[in-house]
Amino acid sequence: MSTKTSDITVIGGGVVGLSVAIGLLRAGNRVTVLDGADGDPRASQGNFGLVWLQGKGASYAPYAHLTSEAVSGWPEFASLIEDLSGVNLSLDQSGGYEFFTEEAEFRDFAADLKQQQQFLGNHFSFETIQGDDLRRSHPQIGAGVVGATFSALDGHVNPLRLLKALKQAVAALGGEIVNDAHVTDVSGGSSGFDFSLRSGAHHGADRVVLAAGLGAATLAERLGFQTRVRPQRGELLITEKLSERLPFLSSTIRQTDEGGLQIGGTKADAGYDDSETLDVMAGLAQHAVTVLPTLHDLRVVRAWGALRVMSPDGHPVYARSSTLPGAYLVTCHSGVTLAPFHGGALAQWIDDTTDAPNLGAFDEDRFTLSPAA
Amino acid sequence: MTLDGAPIEALPGDTVAAAVLAHSGKAFRTTAHETPRAAYCMMGVCFECLLEIDGKANVQGCMTVAEDGMVVRRQNGLRRLNGDTDE
Ligand code: FES
Repeated sequence: MSTKTSDITVIGGGVVGLSVAIGLLRAGNRVTVLDGADGDPRASQGNFGLVWLQGKGASYAPYAHLTSEAVSGWPEFASLIEDLSGVNLSLDQSGGYEFFTEEAEFRDFAADLKQQQQFLGNHFSFETIQGDDLRRSHPQIGAGVVGATFSALDGHVNPLRLLKALKQAVAALGGEIVNDAHVTDVSGGSSGFDFSLRSGAHHGADRVVLAAGLGAATLAERLGFQTRVRPQRGELLITEKLSERLPFLSSTIRQTDEGGLQIGGTKADAGYDDSETLDVMAGLAQHAVTVLPTLHDLRVVRAWGALRVMSPDGHPVYARSSTLPGAYLVTCHSGVTLAPFHGGALAQWIDDTTDAPNLGAFDEDRFTLSPAA
Repeated sequence: MTLDGAPIEALPGDTVAAAVLAHSGKAFRTTAHETPRAAYCMMGVCFECLLEIDGKANVQGCMTVAEDGMVVRRQNGLRRLNGDTDE
């Protein structure tokens, strides 16, 4: 048994954990990241790469503000990560659409965006475009699209290169990443924390940030947190590569910088089963062809399911353990969009400096009042 | 069948990729970054063997059985939105 000590250990080596580690390293901490096993659920390897503001926090002003600040922090964060890692993230923030095929959904979403606009004032703007007007500017859009919303602030990055770049950035800043270090148990006391790894080894730390995505489902309770995350399955199609750029970015159809399309956006409660299903894949293909009929003979080369990490109300949780001081919980669904915040001001909150952001609105005490908890 | 307009032969049961390899060791296609590629895994996994077969771009040559009269073309660049390839 070997016991190593570091200033602060981050449990979770996905986009969220690595971003948090980068922020803590930049603030001068010694940081070790314990990454899980290959077979663990990894939202960071299955996601869509959106840097997306439309609709985020439409019913919760603090989340709208947090997302808005993260989205505007992306260009600076991307160049920091690119400089540290030498990896090009292909960040493109030239605006994105939500396409609708049902009038009622279109109306409801436009109303959500109006609410979001009220929260954000001049930090957010959007357009609602009727189907016929849309087809005037984009004649390729299918007749089944009744309307779209557009925000000039939305964008995307290459999600797999982001994950790789974050790892390299952690190493470049002097952080240590331990691979295949699935934490099976954790205990804490006045002398710090002790983590039991599946390999039988132990790891010690003064402070701990639990950023393990769905892995937090079991570890949160041990650290005195009451948040219980749950999986939500999304499925994705990947098509053959195209030489032309798609005329738009949407939250359900995006083109990678290499040319292939990602088609996704489904939601299902299927427990920890991350397999893809034929009917959902067929629905995704149908959606893509409805929006852009010229895709009808495009070949799908890969498909997968992946599990989103959902808190009871879908908003992020930033919590300090009340029973074990020095333990922090960080969990959210939009780890890509929020990365500039996780790699920036969140470190001040963890270090409890005088300029720390007030994250009271994201504490887990909100779940004690809500029947969803 | 023909490859880029010139007649080539395949044995019954050969895949198009096998026939093209047997005919010449030259590349099947170029990528978006214009690097040459030829069939690699021969079992449908790597997508390196893409060819234009009977007017259809990006067809996996290793997963397509050769047939009499097929019109096969090497493929430069990627497929366009409307199904053509860049030349
Ligand atoms: S040679 Fe690999 S897919 Fe055809």
